[in-house]
Amino acid sequence: MLSPITFSLFSDPTARIVILGCGVLGACAGALGCFAILRRRALVSDAVAHAALPGVCVSYLIFGERNLPALILGAFVFGLLAAGSIALVQRYSRIKDDAATALAIGGFFGLGIVLSRIIQNSPTGNRAGLDGFIFGKAASLVWSDVVSISILAICILGTLALFFKEFSAVCFDRGFCASLGWSVLLYELLLVVLVTACAVVALPATGAVLIVALLIIPGITARFWTDSLLRMVLLGGLIGFSSAVLGTIVSATVPPPGSDGRGGWPTGPMITLVASALFFLSLFFSPRRGVVADWIRTRRMRKLLAKQLPEVL
Amino acid sequence: MSSFAQNLSTLSTLLTEDDWWNMTTGVVCAVSCAIPGCFLLLRRLSLLGDALSHSILPGIALAFIITGSRNISFMLFGALLAAMITVFISRNIQVWGRIPEDSALGVAFTSLFALGVVLLSGAARHVDIDPGCVLYGSLEFVSFDRIDLMGFEIPRVLVSLLVILTISIVAITTFFKELTLVSFDPTLAKTLGFLPSIISTVFLLLVSSVIVASFEAVGSILVVTMLVAPAATAHLLTDRLVPLLLFAAFQAVISAILGYLGAVMLNTSVAGMISVVSCVLFLGALCLSPRYGFVSRLVRRCLLLVRIAKEDILGIIFKIEERLGKSQPVSSKTLSDLLRDEGASVLRTFARYQLLSSGLLKEESRGHFSLSPSGRAFAQSIVRGHRLWETYLEQFLNLPSDHVHAPSHLVEHYLSPPLQSMIARQVKTSQDPHGSIIPKEPIPKKDNADD
Repeated sequence: MLSPITFSLFSDPTARIVILGCGVLGACAGALGCFAILRRRALVSDAVAHAALPGVCVSYLIFGERNLPALILGAFVFGLLAAGSIALVQRYSRIKDDAATALAIGGFFGLGIVLSRIIQNSPTGNRAGLDGFIFGKAASLVWSDVVSISILAICILGTLALFFKEFSAVCFDRGFCASLGWSVLLYELLLVVLVTACAVVALPATGAVLIVALLIIPGITARFWTDSLLRMVLLGGLIGFSSAVLGTIVSATVPPPGSDGRGGWPTGPMITLVASALFFLSLFFSPRRGVVADWIRTRRMRKLLAKQLPEVL
Repeated sequence: MSSFAQNLSTLSTLLTEDDWWNMTTGVVCAVSCAIPGCFLLLRRLSLLGDALSHSILPGIALAFIITGSRNISFMLFGALLAAMITVFISRNIQVWGRIPEDSALGVAFTSLFALGVVLLSGAARHVDIDPGCVLYGSLEFVSFDRIDLMGFEIPRVLVSLLVILTISIVAITTFFKELTLVSFDPTLAKTLGFLPSIISTVFLLLVSSVIVASFEAVGSILVVTMLVAPAATAHLLTDRLVPLLLFAAFQAVISAILGYLGAVMLNTSVAGMISVVSCVLFLGALCLSPRYGFVSRLVRRCLLLVRIAKEDILGIIFKIEERLGKSQPVSSKTLSDLLRDEGASVLRTFARYQLLSSGLLKEESRGHFSLSPSGRAFAQSIVRGHRLWETYLEQFLNLPSDHVHAPSHLVEHYLSPPLQSMIARQVKTSQDPHGSIIPKEPIPKKDNADD
């Protein structure tokens, strides 16, 4: 929880760090999420995020201490394992992608709970910090976190920019992509690696469920405003950034009822709620694809038909 | 590891009366999830289980905040309402916004989950709720909270699960035909006047009740495994609906019992262990299922490879005999030279041993082989199939004669004698495009008949 809310937000270094870290994460996830959405693999990120828990536990069991890079590496490896097993099962068996994803979510998370309970019950065990990976706590971000988040975000966005052409071919026309001599498998794998990296780095700040929100909601919101992939990705990044910043500010400044001015709302869920508010605004009021615009168009068309049809007949 | 063995030996004494109640609750919970899970799997709605188990959180939170009590019926009502809202929202944003199904579901459940967390943290000062309990469940402790039922002290969670299980079994057996129809062919159901939307809604209501009832025991995320894993395992073992339901229920019982025992031995979370065991059973079926398993498919492919290698050897010796006009032992070197492009030599060696042991091939002298009478009949049938197919391709598909060998070389292994005679009636010729005679249909011979 953030401390007293009477501070001036932008002069307080803690708040600045949290806002900056979440904003960079939001921009990165929003841009990257567009590709996951277009490839209909949006919920694979859910499995990746849940698979981080057993990864963290396994690397804790191996290294025996809370070594942050090792924990992140463990989470990353297990995230890839989850994404890979989903792809293998749906490719080589009669189990469809939805069931494969659901199984990966439940199976890996179950393994994570089993391992984390074993760690907790062992005499030297100290689970503190392992759970934080799943629930996420943005307020605990420190300056070095923000630096590593930013470096990773630059790497992810740089890769996106470098292979933009290839990724868009993979999203829209795999046959065409293959006919150009580009390996579809390679670029799909690269996208999965990027999503896993993004999810793993975002986990300590946002938590497992809400990283899914950060990946899906900005991209799908951007989709309402444009038909061009480049604009969708840029807009997705922008929406992700602004909902993260806005959500962080709201969670830090608006006091919960009955809290006598202390404490604040949880950051991750607040970011999600801001993003989803933007989504519903776009769903209804986007000029081209929005519900209201659709309704007006249909009505106009009906009137036109009602007027012209008798003349034609 | 010694402590593990020690645990194993004292397992029977470890299980107290509480443990038996907990295990029973686990079994009932697993079965009540597995049965509706089969229909979720068939309708490709598995992820709905994941989404619903997250999105009922705001319903539970609101029930807390409004009533201020932890009464199970208010919670159930709130959760059901939230589940219905999730389904409504995801269906409608999918249609209105023309967005993919998985993204629509993702938007709906993450938003509702976030709302639930925010509501809970706003109310956290008034009610005590343990987020760990919500996520992981506490099957270990269900036996502490009992109610009196007809003279028995039964865990409260078990009672509500039994009620849900009974309702779902009754509902599914009563509307079995309708549910099957809607699961496999919603359009046909609609044309027959079965109102698929109402059946779907009632079914989703059932799924939501199962999730809510299981929530306390196994937590919100592991309920996904309980819904999907038994059904997915059974789906790999059978193609029929009733066996699917029975296999799924059986898998659920096994994984609940093994999971509970495993958790007691390792001193860890029961719900997590059940989930892991369930997924391990699924992986087992994925590898070993007789029909759809990876391993069984691999074995079948290897057997096919060996059969093709055997038929290639027989065919090549037959053609050498034909060219020389007499039976002549063929050296293994000639064989491997002629069949160099037909896959691994290990495979051919294995195929040759099989041919020798089944008596289709005879070893005349060391490293020299000739066909036995039954082997010759077999080879004749294969060469006949090959040449018939070449002729057919030339006559009916107008392929040039230098293009017909390769496809025929593949197809020759799949042409049964009845199919061969049908082709023979069509092509009406005794020579293939390369001028070779198409052999007659072989007459089965005994091996000991003279050559």
